[in-house]
Amino acid sequence: MTLIYLDHAATTPVHPEVMDAMHAFDKEHFGNPSSVHKIGRKAKFYLNEARRDLAKSIKADENDIIFTSGGTEANNLALIGSALENEYNGNHIITTQQEHRANISVMEFLQKKGFHVTYLPVNQEGQINVYDLERSLTEYTILVSVMTANNETGVIQPIKEIGELLKDHQAIFHTDAVQAYSMMDIDVDELQVDLLTTSAHKLNGPKGIGFLYKRSHVLLQQLQYGGFQENVMRPGTENLTSVIGFQKAVNLAQKNKQKNYTTYEGYKRLFVQTLQDEEVEFTINGNIDNAIPTIINLSFPSTETDVLLTNFDLAGIAASGGSACSSGTLEPSHVLKAIYSFRDDRIKNAVRFSFGTANTEEDIVTAAKKIAEVVHRLTNNEGR
Amino acid sequence: MTEKMRVVLGMSGGVDSSVAALLLKEQGYEVIGVFMKNWDDTDEFGVCTATEDYKDVRRVCEQIDIPYYAVNFEKEYWDKVFTYFLDEYKSGRTPNPDVMCNKEIKFKAFMDYALSIGADYVATGHYAQVRRENGKTELLRGVDHQKDQTYFLNQLSSDILEKVLFPLGHLEKPKVREIAEAHELATATKKDSTGICFIGERNFKEFLSEYLPAQPGEMQTISGETKGKHDGLMYYTIGQRHGLGIGGEGDPWFVVGKNVKDNILYVEQSDSNDFLYSDALVATDVNWINEVEDSFTCTAKFRYRQADNEVNVTVLQDGNVHVEFAEAQRAITPGQAVVFYQGDVCLGGGTIEDILKNDERLLYVG
Repeated sequence: MTLIYLDHAATTPVHPEVMDAMHAFDKEHFGNPSSVHKIGRKAKFYLNEARRDLAKSIKADENDIIFTSGGTEANNLALIGSALENEYNGNHIITTQQEHRANISVMEFLQKKGFHVTYLPVNQEGQINVYDLERSLTEYTILVSVMTANNETGVIQPIKEIGELLKDHQAIFHTDAVQAYSMMDIDVDELQVDLLTTSAHKLNGPKGIGFLYKRSHVLLQQLQYGGFQENVMRPGTENLTSVIGFQKAVNLAQKNKQKNYTTYEGYKRLFVQTLQDEEVEFTINGNIDNAIPTIINLSFPSTETDVLLTNFDLAGIAASGGSACSSGTLEPSHVLKAIYSFRDDRIKNAVRFSFGTANTEEDIVTAAKKIAEVVHRLTNNEGR
Repeated sequence: MTEKMRVVLGMSGGVDSSVAALLLKEQGYEVIGVFMKNWDDTDEFGVCTATEDYKDVRRVCEQIDIPYYAVNFEKEYWDKVFTYFLDEYKSGRTPNPDVMCNKEIKFKAFMDYALSIGADYVATGHYAQVRRENGKTELLRGVDHQKDQTYFLNQLSSDILEKVLFPLGHLEKPKVREIAEAHELATATKKDSTGICFIGERNFKEFLSEYLPAQPGEMQTISGETKGKHDGLMYYTIGQRHGLGIGGEGDPWFVVGKNVKDNILYVEQSDSNDFLYSDALVATDVNWINEVEDSFTCTAKFRYRQADNEVNVTVLQDGNVHVEFAEAQRAITPGQAVVFYQGDVCLGGGTIEDILKNDERLLYVG
């Protein structure tokens, strides 16, 4: 049975060129960028070349890139670091109800430490309302964190408007751009963001590497102590091979962005169209017209997420929905709970499909037809 | 292309269901392992037994190379099993949550789930057998009589059993361990779980007190002589000897009954006292796996792991049964299951409601 991977928002296969670049680099270089000898200097050179490329991808200054182990660490550093550094200016933080766990869990920690956190609601279109944010701002607000595009619905958030709103406010503005990075043109000055999170493995790079963009004048309390790497914000010998892979992945993503965007937008529309042609009953969560092309979230009435996912998996289709707890069972997604009332059935039968390099047009049609088969079988038999 | 029959196996993370998975795979089925999470016992450190058990399911399924999933029946378990469990204790009876769990969860909610993922058969690691002969589906005791679990399966219908496989039914427990060890299954040396699944190793009294208010009261003999205080009727069961705290001379004391209305625990002295014995019972919620005569002789068990007792069964107008014992029985307990057998065939069973002696209902039992 051929497997069709529709879970690129979870992670992506490493691009062959990325793998080649990492292998080639590993064979040649092993130096520690902090060493003063020739081998160290070489390593340092490549590290900074990569830093320059990555900075360019978001129109930032190369000195403002802090390599981390990925999105979670970047969010921790951004949120805890700026909250602790600015606690004398206020104790209020604003975020949204639909952030990634790597944001929400950090916020819960900060609440325990005495910060007040406002979680902005999400409308039926999967977006936050800038007016809500404006009303929540106080003179004590020190940090605002809103993701660029949501990881479950793909819906794009009004980052530029928020940047404009916060222009003359003391609050530091952070955005988690992990899902948006490969699909959107990001210009940190135009968006007026101070902190921005990325991750390599969502765009065909290796796992375990990402970066935090930090505007030069923004100060963070460091969370780890050690050497002088990454301007002391992230001490420890650099994960250089992964940085090289990340660089390659981003360069490819930047070069092919327009083409990929068109391809995946085509996949998304084709997927929805095929389901409609197969007469599957479903609703779209969020707003398909205001979302990155890689993600679509659908609810299938009279079914349940876990039964759907198991059936899809057994039919060779990898998708996801809700969040798995440690004993493997699924909890309804907090993102959909934020969008709908908790009694709404759509939170119990939602599935996220996400497209990427592992797919072809043919895959999309095949997958949609198999999904239609499963849904028809479940709804005719009344499911569970 | 021939498609394999798809078997959805309930896996607990124990050695029995692990070996069941292996055997089914060897028999040529497409096996899908599913872990049921029925109870959340997450402690203050965020640890729950389900997490640990699921880890074992994962390891074993990877070893045998079968897909595995987890499904949550916490709500169904609470509504159908745990609520019944508490209600029975509230009315002074001794419930059997395992019987209810099989009836409502494993062979209802789980079966529905299994069918929704395309199962041809549903399997569990129970020690029991299904016989399909002459268009009849019967439930048989497991070959290992020590481990036989048909007592807990008495509420299943033959319609359900048609879709059920018990891969361990023809094996002795030591053989199951042996197979697990020979295949180096991750659970080969894992300890068997004991007790009621949601209580686990915890103190029963403590557990129950978290859900039901304990009402201490008097301990009396049937003739009304006060012998001490009890901690709450729900903590005691008929025939119990230990934990009464009645000292003094002579034979030990035993629980013989309960008066829920006046909150009195009845106790009598000596294991052979008359009040502990009865000669018949009436059972309700009776399930027959296949049709039976209106009146017949067979054997019965009044509790798990009890020897077989000869009985005369009469099916009453309302579907309840009157069960007359060939020999007087000790400590028959309301709320427990009575399960009927014809040789190795499990005929079905019911819930013990009334206890009788000389055609009179024993009012003191509760």
